[in-house]
Amino acid sequence: MSDAASPPEAKSSPEPRSGSEAKPALTRRAFFKGAGVVAAGGVIGEAVHASNARAFGPAMLEGQVEVELEINGAKQKVTVEPRTTLLNALRNHCNPPLTGTKLVCDRGSCGACTVHLDGKPVYSCMTLAVDAVGHKVKTIEGLAPQGQLTVLQQKFCDHDGSQCGFCTPGFVMAITACLERNPAASLDEIQNACSGNLCRCGTQPQIFEAALAAGRALQSKGGK
Amino acid sequence: MTPEVTVARSLDEALAALARDGAAAHVLAGGTDLMVELRTGRTRPERVVDVWKVGELRGVREENEGLRLGALSTCAELLRDSRVASHAPLLVAACREVGAEQIQARATLGGNLGTASPAADLNPALVALGARVRLRSRRGAREVAVDEFLCGYRKTLRERDELIESVLVPTRPAHERQLWRKVGTRRAQSISKLTVAVALAFEGACVSAVRAAAGSVGPRTLRLATLERELVGRPLSPALCRSAAAACARADITPIDDVRSTALYRRHAFARVLATLLAEPDGVPACPPS
Repeated sequence: MSDAASPPEAKSSPEPRSGSEAKPALTRRAFFKGAGVVAAGGVIGEAVHASNARAFGPAMLEGQVEVELEINGAKQKVTVEPRTTLLNALRNHCNPPLTGTKLVCDRGSCGACTVHLDGKPVYSCMTLAVDAVGHKVKTIEGLAPQGQLTVLQQKFCDHDGSQCGFCTPGFVMAITACLERNPAASLDEIQNACSGNLCRCGTQPQIFEAALAAGRALQSKGGK
Repeated sequence: MTPEVTVARSLDEALAALARDGAAAHVLAGGTDLMVELRTGRTRPERVVDVWKVGELRGVREENEGLRLGALSTCAELLRDSRVASHAPLLVAACREVGAEQIQARATLGGNLGTASPAADLNPALVALGARVRLRSRRGAREVAVDEFLCGYRKTLRERDELIESVLVPTRPAHERQLWRKVGTRRAQSISKLTVAVALAFEGACVSAVRAAAGSVGPRTLRLATLERELVGRPLSPALCRSAAAACARADITPIDDVRSTALYRRHAFARVLATLLAEPDGVPACPPS
């Protein structure tokens, strides 16, 4: 369900396709963007229906609504459509945009959009932004606000826990929740915790090593 | 058209919204079905009534007749509730195999019932437990056995102005064994090729009562009447487990070929899985709250 607004990442200047100087217009990003629009057209309609922004409060929501979300400890007002997913709100409606949470399957299969809602991992592509009102949202950006990596993030680096990196934020969020619950989580528990996350590069063995190493480090530090 | 979304903050608001435009509305709970269907265009409702914030639909409480589970109980909540673990380990086992942790945090009991997919994992468990669903509208409340409620392929007895309020899992008999098995492509995140749920009560060595149900092997969650008939009043010998499972696989299920499996595989695997399951001495292992 992509909004008319393009993801901020798509605003970068298009890279010409290698070996095809005659058609610089067709880029990977433009292709995906176009495909996204076609898919969205099949969903809820071509036109984004922009009416007056209203405060959140009336039970019936139409057009644009303003909601207050608590993201990574800070409250922020965002204007969204009622059908806007939390994922879309984070990436396209927040200021600054929080694009660490990735849009991949957009249908609750791959886990790249995993965020924490009140400390529990959920798929943000299946959660409406309006349903996140009153709950604490934590994204990958919220783990290392000062650029100081968490133990788990550092272990991902140490153990080569990512290749293309697209699934990484989702895996990190899923495993972070698991280790917060139990730093002594077994391999089985870790595998279970991120069984809703897919890595098509096949880095799972390194991810599991990183997670177990992080668990050991957290236990010896006695917490964070 | 973008659907209008009504965010109900109380049961009254939700029922008012459904009374007003139930015919055009789709109820949204955890969103694990509907959000996908909106995306694919399979469902195009004019209106969506979002009940996620309706507190009256949450929570688990003990009643005289059994355990009452709010319709918005998520798989994750049911997995962590010690009362559910001791009362209905079958349901806990089913919850554990729904999607993955992110889905379990959002997928609800009411959503499983309302969508009424034949592949819904919680529904066979509820049928085997003899659960009843309570429906509420502005006209009042009524209770229907889950087995009757799930009346066809994605069809239920819910009227358009009704909301699934809660589910009652009746008090269990003293000597009961609950059995559950799901077969999917992988352990997590897969939609089932087949599921089977059985609750067996015993008097001495003999089976005194049975309720059994299966998913993904027919257009709806199926009650396994042949199996129940074959087992009642007999000691559960290995030979009976095999013969009853085989008779059940012949008579009770109507599997088809689809994207997830074939009719042939399902019927064969069903008989084998069921026979093995019946022969398990302890049923679903006691589930400590996770």
